[in-house]
Amino acid sequence: MRLKNLFIRTAAVLLSAAAVFLMTEPVTVTAKEEYGYTYNYDYWGDVQEGPDLYSVCKVFTSADLKLDQKLNNPQGLYAHGDLLYLCDSGNNRIIEIRRVSPEKLEVNRIIDSFNGPVEVTTFQNPTDLAVSEEGEFFIADQGNARILKLDKDLNYMMQFDKPVDNTLDPKIAFQPKKIVIDTAGRVYCVAAGINKGLVKYEADGTFSGFVGATRVSFDWTDYIWKRFATQEQRARMESFVPTEYDNAYMDYEGFIYACAGSLKPDDLRNGTVDAVRKLNLMGNDILVRNGDWDVLGDLYWGYGGGYEGPSYFTDVTVMDNDIYVCLDRNRGRLFGYDDQGRIVFCFGGNGNMDGYFRRPAAIEHIGHELYVVDSLDCALTVFVPTEFGNLVYSAIEEFDEGHYEASGEAWEEVMRLNGNYDLAYIGIGRSLLRQERYEEAMKYFELKYDEENYSKAYKQYRKIWVEEHIGWIVAVILILFLVPLGIGRVRKVKNEIDTSDYFLRKKNG
Amino acid sequence: MEGTTKAVSIPAGRDKWNHYIDSLKFALYCITHPLDGFWDLTHERRGTMAAANTILFLTILVRILKLRYTSFLFMKVYWEDLNIFLYIASILFPLALWVIGNWGLTTLFDGKGRLGQVYMATCYALTPYPLIQFPLMIFSHFVTIDEAEFYAMLSVISLIWAAFLVVAAMGQIHEYSAGKNILFTIASLFAMLVMIFILMIFFSMISQGVAYFVSLVKEILFRL
Repeated sequence: MRLKNLFIRTAAVLLSAAAVFLMTEPVTVTAKEEYGYTYNYDYWGDVQEGPDLYSVCKVFTSADLKLDQKLNNPQGLYAHGDLLYLCDSGNNRIIEIRRVSPEKLEVNRIIDSFNGPVEVTTFQNPTDLAVSEEGEFFIADQGNARILKLDKDLNYMMQFDKPVDNTLDPKIAFQPKKIVIDTAGRVYCVAAGINKGLVKYEADGTFSGFVGATRVSFDWTDYIWKRFATQEQRARMESFVPTEYDNAYMDYEGFIYACAGSLKPDDLRNGTVDAVRKLNLMGNDILVRNGDWDVLGDLYWGYGGGYEGPSYFTDVTVMDNDIYVCLDRNRGRLFGYDDQGRIVFCFGGNGNMDGYFRRPAAIEHIGHELYVVDSLDCALTVFVPTEFGNLVYSAIEEFDEGHYEASGEAWEEVMRLNGNYDLAYIGIGRSLLRQERYEEAMKYFELKYDEENYSKAYKQYRKIWVEEHIGWIVAVILILFLVPLGIGRVRKVKNEIDTSDYFLRKKNG
Repeated sequence: MEGTTKAVSIPAGRDKWNHYIDSLKFALYCITHPLDGFWDLTHERRGTMAAANTILFLTILVRILKLRYTSFLFMKVYWEDLNIFLYIASILFPLALWVIGNWGLTTLFDGKGRLGQVYMATCYALTPYPLIQFPLMIFSHFVTIDEAEFYAMLSVISLIWAAFLVVAAMGQIHEYSAGKNILFTIASLFAMLVMIFILMIFFSMISQGVAYFVSLVKEILFRL
């Protein structure tokens, strides 16, 4: 009897949930049309609004996480398996959260001190954290000017101090902001006031140099001015120095994605500096930029809603399908780019509603879910992909796995849902290209102005066409040669006949 | 007028048509033998206004066709922003400025060409543009982006050729030496700039004048 009751109750809950789901969906669709939450840029740079790829699953505040002390200026987030580590920087602690499901996050433990033979065993403004495969913690303890390495039971192992380098001003305190670690235990650190790139430490704690300094923007008019300036004037001018990074992320292949936010708008527009870079072991930028637009977030920087200027990328995260998502602190938006540097989605905004931010600080992902920390709202927003988002991801992932037909079908469905989504057309085209259906592929590439892929398809199409019609081509060329030759010959004969004595005589009688 | 060779008497009917065709064909001679050709164009009266107009019309036509029928690899058109009249004016306006500017200057410095002749010779000099660009437009569909250089090169050749012909034609029309010709080509370009400047001042003054009266009327209506 009780079992039956339970069954009925569950069924009722499920039914009502389904009803709510069905009822609310059309409402949200109209809301989206009004606000333009998700958009993309087409070939011409026009904003093309589209269906959401992500929707807010839940926003977790201090109360939702059942914290006795409210979050204060959280700065960092790190995902390790199904555990999320949130750096509650203002309260000098780290919160370990277990992700049961996107709607259910539970606080596992609160880390605010550790055991070890050092003077200070608490944190002071911890801004970032990383966890190795073995479960060791690396913590950027900014206020104490150190990077801590703790084992999984929070016992002190070692620490990384200010790099010993004579180019660094000894008076300036070491302020590690963000850290990434590789599988060999090396630590790469973004430190405030150090613009030579990422500070690299070997696993044994020795400083081994700077990696991947940002490009220096160089203006030749400044250079000429400097030649004529006096020593004092020169000292007061801006010097050509690289900008410091804001954040870094190590992807599953071991490449570091580093983003810099405080870039001069002109340099960004001219492409002399990069908002996001993908660094290999040598520190060289290997980010692919084949999209219609540079990887720099919003294209239009005019004043609007109290915000202006280019997007300020404060964090980046890279999913396993090579899509990287950049977090814009300026307008509170998320920008997803695929491995070719094409925009997959842009969404978000500044505000107090769910899915909008006031000062987003960090982004992480588990699977396809996105977790964004807002340092002013002190909240953790969980985004889950919508049906449309999942379709786009499956189309991209199927292609990467070599299932071109399945990818093409998924892109067809994406195109059906959003006819203004350029990636869908190019995706269908690429799928057709792999299936050697060149003529159809060309049509899709032409629609979205993809010159490279169009040329690839056309080259094959042209080759096949020539091979199939080689007989005709030869025939036409032969005719083109022979006909004038023949005409000339006929004319010559005719002329000979006309002018021959025999006929002339006959004509004259 | 007092042509030394047998001046072509004003033909009628079928002859007129033949003369037109001949003068059109003469454009092909002009572009391959610029010095000789442009001399005969006016001095031997081998060219006609009708042919010049035809060439100009073809130039504009090809330029418009290119928009639609060139492969997207070479020409991507944002149709929403295209104004076909402005696009046509982008040929006609500089042409008019050139013709008037050149004639205005050369007529003061014993240039022999009259306004109509300057116009005719300039139009004849445009011949390489439709002649090359039209086949090029069709050709564009048979190349990939790797072979884009061919397209770009031929396209540039057509423009340089036409520009060279314009300069050569002016020298022959006005009976100038090479040095004087180049000097007046540059001077004509400056004359174009001056005219643009004056036109801009003119239009901005007109619009300000109109605005003045509009505001005056508004004020009066407001007070009534």
